[in-house]
Amino acid sequence: MTVTLDFEKSIGELESKLAELRHMASTGEMDIASEVKRLQDKTEKLLAKTYKTLTPWQKVQVARHPERPHTGNYIDALITDFTPLAGDRTFAEDAAIVGGLGRFRGQPVVVMGHEKGRDTDLRIKHNFGMPRPEGYRKAARLMQLADRFKLPVITFVDTAGAHPGIDAEERGQSEALARCLEISAAVNVPILTTIIGEGGSGGAIALAFANVVMMLEHSIYSVISPEGCASILWRTRDKKEEAAIAQKLTAQDLKQFGIIDRIIPEPLGGAQRSPATIIQSVGDALEKALKPLLSLDGKVVRSQRRAKFLAMGRSGLA
Amino acid sequence: MSWFTTFVRPRINALMRKQEIPDDLWHKCSSCEQMIYHKDLVSHQYVCRHCGHHMRIPLKMRFETLFDAGSYTRVPLPKVLLDPLKFKDSKKYADRLKVARLETKEEDAILVAEGYMGGYPVVLAAFDFSFIGGSMGMAVGEGLVRAAERACELKSAYITLPSSGGARMQEGIFSLMQMPRSVIAVEQVKEAGLPYITILVNPTMGGVAASFAMLGDIAIAEPGAIIGFTGARVLQETIRQELPPGFQEANFQLAHGMVDMVTPREDIRQKLIDILGVLMSKK
Ligand SMILES: [Zn+2]
Repeated sequence: MTVTLDFEKSIGELESKLAELRHMASTGEMDIASEVKRLQDKTEKLLAKTYKTLTPWQKVQVARHPERPHTGNYIDALITDFTPLAGDRTFAEDAAIVGGLGRFRGQPVVVMGHEKGRDTDLRIKHNFGMPRPEGYRKAARLMQLADRFKLPVITFVDTAGAHPGIDAEERGQSEALARCLEISAAVNVPILTTIIGEGGSGGAIALAFANVVMMLEHSIYSVISPEGCASILWRTRDKKEEAAIAQKLTAQDLKQFGIIDRIIPEPLGGAQRSPATIIQSVGDALEKALKPLLSLDGKVVRSQRRAKFLAMGRSGLA
Repeated sequence: MSWFTTFVRPRINALMRKQEIPDDLWHKCSSCEQMIYHKDLVSHQYVCRHCGHHMRIPLKMRFETLFDAGSYTRVPLPKVLLDPLKFKDSKKYADRLKVARLETKEEDAILVAEGYMGGYPVVLAAFDFSFIGGSMGMAVGEGLVRAAERACELKSAYITLPSSGGARMQEGIFSLMQMPRSVIAVEQVKEAGLPYITILVNPTMGGVAASFAMLGDIAIAEPGAIIGFTGARVLQETIRQELPPGFQEANFQLAHGMVDMVTPREDIRQKLIDILGVLMSKK
């Protein structure tokens, strides 16, 4: 870990001490195995305790952690024979949403997701995962392609929201987003969504109108960022922690509300500490969720998706 | 003192007073600041006869001007669970709802009516901006779903008239879910072979614009209506750059291909009848 969150200060100190000891042990300078073990136990205990009681705002920080696996990492690890596809065939290629064709554990699929980018150059290239109209139009295009060839659609959600900009407004941000939802409603193939980090507002729902919606344990999903919510309703961004609580944006809250179907547990200390483990878990969860949908008729899959969203908020609350 | 006496009672009194407005009262146009006689304002459907500025028109008056002979029937809407998040900022959302209900005498920000326009059957779902900014939460979403169902039952055209700042933030994720839900409603109408027409009224923003409002077979915008996804204030804070004149206004959307026409309020009824005549005639 190179980035330590503000509430992880003591964990970070332990982790760097541990790394130092391990390095010393590897050079064989002295026998410190027992000391390494002791420190490791201590770190794990503290991690477990901290991550079991994360506040909503802390979850927001974890969900945005720069070292969490991104869509690209999931595609690299879970999709074979991947062919990336580009462009909305209208105006431009928008790398805020990446996607293409491939195989998921043997099954041909269309896969897509928001990509935030790993370093400064890539973040700019991918526009921090905030799509312009072209991103939504590309997503809609890929969904229609999936529909034509009867391929399930796998999406990964990780975005602060739609790109706020004059250019996006000029080219119909609202229309592009709405059309993406319309195509999501129309296709006769299963759509499976995993919210891997930040599920922010319209930018998120465009890729999350799905038969199955899963969330990583410490990911978030909300109609507006806590900062945005605080600035509008509290008139100051400083109230973001209160807003995060009030918004009920954690996977645990949303599961209870019936908005999402499943929570995928994260490894000790969050997905960012063990990318390979979480990617494997997501793969297993996807396989399990996809299997029963594959044998269903396309029309049934479509009505199941619509019925699921129509039922939301109608019962099981209060 | 109780919440009711300190907060609600004065507002009720204010409401009572409002209804006693005499016909000879003068209004000031918020755009050109000219004075307008109340009767003139009503007879021009709240459009300033000096500068053409479209002011907010009471929703029931809007219905009367759109439906044949001013006659329509309200479609009853399903009750929804209030305040699913038990949300509280500086005020409880439950209290905000109570006040909005008292002030508007309506359940929420959407009214649905069925009737005829030029003899063609229509179900119209219209937003009341005075109800928490016309924001879209569960009740509005259920209203749109019910309106679309009713249009299918009656083999009517489905017309929506959004006037909304976007999502009802106090309903959190439930407000976000109204985007796909309202889109499903539109799809059902389209799949039934019925026309879906939108009348975009100031403002049509955020999650409302980015769902059912932008999916009309035909899209009509009122002059001056602001239509877009990200609001001007947020945009300016983010990009720290002047917005071009007329940004996101109806004519901007017309120029960018997002609406079919910008139609003055007093001409909208006839335009709808012309469109319905072409789309719904058996011939
Ligand atoms: Zn005027």
